[in-house]
Formats: sequence, C-alpha cells, structure tokens
Amino acid sequence: MCLAIPGQIVEISAEQPLLARVEVGGVQRNVNIGLLDPGEVGAGDWILIHVGFALSKIDERQAHDQLRMLQAMGEDQLAIEEIRGYTFADQDGELDEIRR
Amino acid sequence: MKYVDEFREPGIISGVARELARTVDPARHYRVMEVCGGHTHSIYRHGLRDVLPPNIELVHGPGCPVCVLPTGRVDDGLAIAARDGVALACFGDMMRVPGTKGTPLELKARGADIRMVYSPLDALRIAEQNPHKHVCFFSIGFETTAPSTALTILRARELGLTNFSVFCNHVTIVPAMRAILDSPDMRIDGFVGPGHVSAITGCRPYEFIAADYGKPVVVAGFEPLDILEAILMVVRQLNANEARVENQYKRIVPWEGNPPALRAMAQVFELRPYFEWRGLGFISQSALAIKESFAVYDAEKLFDIPGVRVTDPRGAQCGEVLKGVLKPPQCKLFGTECNPEHPVGALMVSSEGACAAYYRYAVYAAAVEAPA
Repeated sequence: MCLAIPGQIVEISAEQPLLARVEVGGVQRNVNIGLLDPGEVGAGDWILIHVGFALSKIDERQAHDQLRMLQAMGEDQLAIEEIRGYTFADQDGELDEIRR
Repeated sequence: MKYVDEFREPGIISGVARELARTVDPARHYRVMEVCGGHTHSIYRHGLRDVLPPNIELVHGPGCPVCVLPTGRVDDGLAIAARDGVALACFGDMMRVPGTKGTPLELKARGADIRMVYSPLDALRIAEQNPHKHVCFFSIGFETTAPSTALTILRARELGLTNFSVFCNHVTIVPAMRAILDSPDMRIDGFVGPGHVSAITGCRPYEFIAADYGKPVVVAGFEPLDILEAILMVVRQLNANEARVENQYKRIVPWEGNPPALRAMAQVFELRPYFEWRGLGFISQSALAIKESFAVYDAEKLFDIPGVRVTDPRGAQCGEVLKGVLKPPQCKLFGTECNPEHPVGALMVSSEGACAAYYRYAVYAAAVEAPA
C-alpha cells in the first residue's frame, strides 16, 4: 500500500480544477490533485499517485526510477490494475455493475 | 536514465555492502528496525539480508496497515457490512484479512454487500450512484493514506451526500515507534524511517527519537540501494555515538512534509485518546478519529458497532512477529496452516506483511525468479 505509482498529467479538468487526467503505462484515468498546492502541477508534469490522489510532484527521472522500482518489486501490474480501478471521475454508466 | 541504471547496478550495491562491512564494528551487534512494510517487502524481494554483515540484524516494524489492525476492528467493519441497506467499501488488501467470522471476501460470497475499491473517492462515487444505499468506506492506512480520506470526507460534504460514511482506522506511525522504544523486551539501536509516510509528515516528527531516546533515524526510499545506504547512515551514526534524523530519500521527502495534506488531515481528523494495535496493545494518541464537526460521516457515530476485543487466532503469533520478538518462521503456524493462499493472520495477507514477504522470497526463494 505504501508504494506510490508514477504518472504524467495529460490535462487538468476545466470544470473541476482538482481533477487531473493522468497517464500511467498507457492507461488514462482521473486522479485528484487536491493534496498539492494550487497551481503546483500542470499538463506534462509527473506526479506520484496513491489511492487516487497525487502525493507529490516529481521529475521525469524520478518517475522512471519509481516505475523501475515497481517492476523490480513485481508490483507494476498491480499498479496498472489500481490505476484502471480509479473510476470515480469517469462518466461510465456501467460502473456500478463492474464494481459488484 | 543513467540515474536509474545506477540504482539497479549490482556493482554499486555490492560497493555499498562492502562499505558496510568495512564500517561495522565487529565487536558490536546492531539491531536496526525498518519501520515500513514497503521496506520489509523490498528487503526480502532483493535478498538484502544476504549482503549485510552478520552483526546487523534487521527487525521488521509495524508499518503494514492491515497487519496492525486488530481482529476486533475487522469484526466491527464486518458488522457494519451486515446491516440492511449498507454497502462496505474496502481496499483490496483488506478483503482477505480474517475477522472472527471470515474475511470480507468470504462474507461477500455469503451475500454481504462488500465492494473492493482502489480509492476512497470510488466509495464516494458508489454512494452518489446508489442513493438508496448507505456506503461506508473502511479506511485503513498511515499518514500516506489518511489525507486522501480527509479530502474524500470534505468532498462528501461539498456534494451534500447523506448516505456516505467512513469507518476510520487510520493510525499514525510515530506513537508506535515510541511504544516500541518504551517496550522492555525491545532493544532497537536505530531506525530506517518510512519513505512515503514521511513525504506527508516530513522528518520533524522523528526528532524526539534522536533527542529523547538517543537513537538515529534515517528516512529511506524503497530501492535496494536506498535501504542499504540508509542502514550505512544509521551504522555510521551509531559508531560515532551520534543520534540525528537524516533524510536519505530527499528526492521525494521534503523535510517539512506536504503542508496541504497535513492541513486536510488537521481539518477532518483528531487524535484518539488511545487505539489498539495488533501485537503492540493500546497506544495512546496513535490513531485518528473523525472530528465532531464531521460526525455525520463517522460510521462509529452512525452505527452501533460491537467494539469487542478479540485475541489473535489460536496458535498464531502475529503479535510477537509484529513486535520483532519472533521472526516469521518461528511462529507455529508459519507456512503450514498459515500461508498466502489461506492466511490465518494478517501478516500473511499483504505483500508488506513480514510473514508474506518472508514466505514469498526467503523460504521459497528458489521458486521465485531473480529480480530483473
């Protein structure tokens, strides 16, 4: 649970400025950036993600480092699974079915 | 990518290991606790114990959220799930933690409405989409996770949701470290401090450990080299008779932590007078409760929960392992009745649990492919 996941911000939501579209290993999901200072991150920036929230802003080198660490720990697939699982901000009517 | 390659370079790791071997005082025994379960996982995964000098003993700490949650609290959560019209949302790690009447997964199979989520915000969304249901989020975790729960509760208030609550089980790491230092059967010479907890809390909360107890604390990252370097930094301090808080994980951990996250926690949570930890017993001011001003989101206020204390399953010695008094294979059930497929105790559930890590990498190392 303590291993955070690195991702790159694709865009910040215009309607909800606390939501950022983030890409991790080819998967895009929304994460909450409310634990960072306002304006701290923008499109193209890298962040560390934990349970749907950005914990810290990192640089690209650190992001690759963190990804390699997850691979070395055998946790990279779980990380992608977790990112796929963040559906709180996606307009998906089927969500409730998937969740059951 | 040079930086990363350096981290993975076996030559550099053996270089630090050689430096450690040169630095240790052969006449001395060093007991170093790695506080965080993520470190425990990395240590076993990468076989780091094999490159340490024999007089450095690593003691696994209490930094595994599902491991320290006492069985009684699991039962309390499952009692909430058993109520009509209530759905309980849990993280994946929680789903396989045994309560007295089974794990959340088993109770789900028997018909309870229990859902696995990856984020507290997903639990909130289930509440939004199911106005006829009450959705309770079973929150666990240290300071890494608690700010996310705080923001989720703030968001619930913003949305005006009346069918969402949190069964709050967040704990804080520093009082547990103090309890270990005060425990008569624990002798720890220094600590490898947690990485991502410290990204939130910063390094200041550990200063009393150096100042009042005279023990070094080195906050560390999760790479093998990070952990070895941190151990070397602890050993150097001990040899020089020093006790300071050092930050080996500067690339992620600011000395002052994450102020917005700390503010969110302070807004929503307050310290409980005491909280029970598996193995460590009751520790004062070691856990978070939801403040009175957010009582409508507090499952403990909304529901009658049993609140019964339950001892560990018969034969399982989770508490002793959690305190570092026993090593995992010294438990009577280890590897036989208790294994990752059928965990009897919580330490066998999470990859951060000492027993699961030991089982996967130390006992059956031959069956596990070498790390890339």
